[in-house]
Amino acid sequence: MAEEKDLKKKEELILFLSDTDEREGLLGKKNRKLLSDPLTDNNPITVQVLGICSALAITVQLKPAIVMSLAVMAVMAFSNMIVSALRNLIPSRIRIIVQLVVVAALVILVDQVLRAYAYDVSKQLSVFVGLIITNCIVMGRLEAFALGNGVYKSFLDGIGNAAGYAFILILVAFFRELLGAGKLFGSEVIPESFYDFGYANNGLMLLSPMALITVGIIIWVQRSRNRTLIEQN
Amino acid sequence: MDRNSNSYTFLFAVILVAVVASALAFAATQLQPAQAKNVKEEKMQNILGTVGISTSRDSAQVLFDKHITQRIALGADGKEKPEVNAFEVDLKKELKKPVEEQSFPLYVADVEGVKYYVVPLRGKGLWDAIWGYVALKDDVNTIKGAVFDHKGETPGLGAEITQEWFRKRFEDEKILDESGNFIGVSVAKGYQGGDNKDDNAVDAISGATITGDGVTDMISERLKNYLPYFKENTNVKVAANL
Amino acid sequence: MDLINLFVRSVFIENMVFAYFLGMCSYLAVSKSVKTAVGLGAAVVFVLGITVPINWLLDTYLLKPGALVWLDPEYATVDLSFLSFIMFIAVIASMVQLVEMVVERFAPALYGALGIFLPLIAVNCAILGGSLFMQQKDFGGISEALTYGVGSGFGFFLAILAIAAIREKIAYSNVPAPLRGLGITFIITGLMALGFMSFMGIEI
Repeated sequence: MAEEKDLKKKEELILFLSDTDEREGLLGKKNRKLLSDPLTDNNPITVQVLGICSALAITVQLKPAIVMSLAVMAVMAFSNMIVSALRNLIPSRIRIIVQLVVVAALVILVDQVLRAYAYDVSKQLSVFVGLIITNCIVMGRLEAFALGNGVYKSFLDGIGNAAGYAFILILVAFFRELLGAGKLFGSEVIPESFYDFGYANNGLMLLSPMALITVGIIIWVQRSRNRTLIEQN
Repeated sequence: MDRNSNSYTFLFAVILVAVVASALAFAATQLQPAQAKNVKEEKMQNILGTVGISTSRDSAQVLFDKHITQRIALGADGKEKPEVNAFEVDLKKELKKPVEEQSFPLYVADVEGVKYYVVPLRGKGLWDAIWGYVALKDDVNTIKGAVFDHKGETPGLGAEITQEWFRKRFEDEKILDESGNFIGVSVAKGYQGGDNKDDNAVDAISGATITGDGVTDMISERLKNYLPYFKENTNVKVAANL
Repeated sequence: MDLINLFVRSVFIENMVFAYFLGMCSYLAVSKSVKTAVGLGAAVVFVLGITVPINWLLDTYLLKPGALVWLDPEYATVDLSFLSFIMFIAVIASMVQLVEMVVERFAPALYGALGIFLPLIAVNCAILGGSLFMQQKDFGGISEALTYGVGSGFGFFLAILAIAAIREKIAYSNVPAPLRGLGITFIITGLMALGFMSFMGIEI
């Protein structure tokens, strides 16, 4: 907890300083960093350990994983913007509840829109859309970023972190659908001749445990490429 | 104004709740018709699917009106219940009622002069509910087609019941044995019958035994309720031991 | 009998962590030692046991299509279910606050053990997940909702206790450096989930 506070303070300080810099373009270097960092070295799932909860259950196939990512992206971008716009108005005592209400309202909107216009996917996602509310990424970024930064920066931070989340989700879904069902986006991609040689789809990949193991392997690969991320016991 | 005073906090909360509630209520009422339409059209699409008419969701309504000639609600005794709107019957709720109050919808389809009976199914898979529709030819014995759906079966295993290759296995299967006793169609693990259509069984999905058993049960449980009606209203010899 | 069946299902088969990945964040963050894991686990059982039945009441008498009939038969067509997410999360957040205050006032010893975990719980996916699954499963009575809530809580308790015990031991093992910490925890959780899958399809 104390660490988190320190980190937050540091982050705020840095951003405070950066705000005094000369004005930069809409996608200046720092703003680009807000977008690109969460994709790799500050990935919300593999490094910040946020938002794993609802993510993995819907990575069996690519299509729902992508829709889920888009839903999270919409919720994060808008909730970050709204909270950031209200940051000087929100009474600090009910801060968490206000954030929850904003997020929940956005999630309901997303859910309703999906049900009206993307009915099949919304059936597949079922309760997991609702669980975006308690997705720690959303709340985590609201607390750590949107409350202390301007609207545009918060918007970028939301998109960036959601993209980092989406990246892992889609990667996991890609391997699970490919190895588990021999399909991508629901259509066969592994040629028939492979099967004739005795290749078989690994049904295990479709079961939930393999999602965890796949993420474990992704973390392994990422950390052996960037050794500064290795945890010290 | 002091951001930490009680009155400010309270005011903020009230305004927030009012704004959020009205925005949500507005969105919900705006989108509700589209959502209801999706649910209804999907149901029509499923019913049409069993009699071999595949359609997009958009044209489901038109084709449904064209091909479905009768919608009948039956009581547990096989008598028609004219006061019940068959299309509105929700089997999920129906099956929780006491037997004598239950109503079972039956759709009679006419495709190019051939008559089919479409029966809705509902049962339990491994994780949660499974449901579907099965169409019988007018001998009330041979299956024309079946569709299945599920709430939460394992993707790639139990969830495959929705796939066409699994549904195809049910086509032309018989629900009665040779002497006319009602059997249903069992989804059998390690099925050896090949293309035999008269053994009241189809091959199961490997790795999805329990979902398969759920399909077996749901077919026999639900169809059972319709036998009295079929016996009464069709000239088919169904054995007396019902 | 049905209740026992439901309980066993929710603890072992539909385990919050292993089958649905819910509550993963706190599961990973608070599983470094057995002692804290027990604290969080107990708090989750407690809060799920309270919020699932309350949300069941809310769903049955307020939110479901036609739930308002008890007020006036005219309301049979009113459907407030679009509000369920926001109502559930509000109930959870306020119940967590309330529980925290009550426990602090009347059971200071318990507060010492659970206290710091309670605020964390409001945003634990397992808690909201419990209520959402309860709504989806459409339970017939409050006793079922209560059983499901407590059962799911125990499922989480079991999972976090087991992983914490394993992590305490694995600290002495020679894990490849890039896998240390988070990576190996994911993989072990996956293996544990495989073990839990053997409970699938059991009915009592």
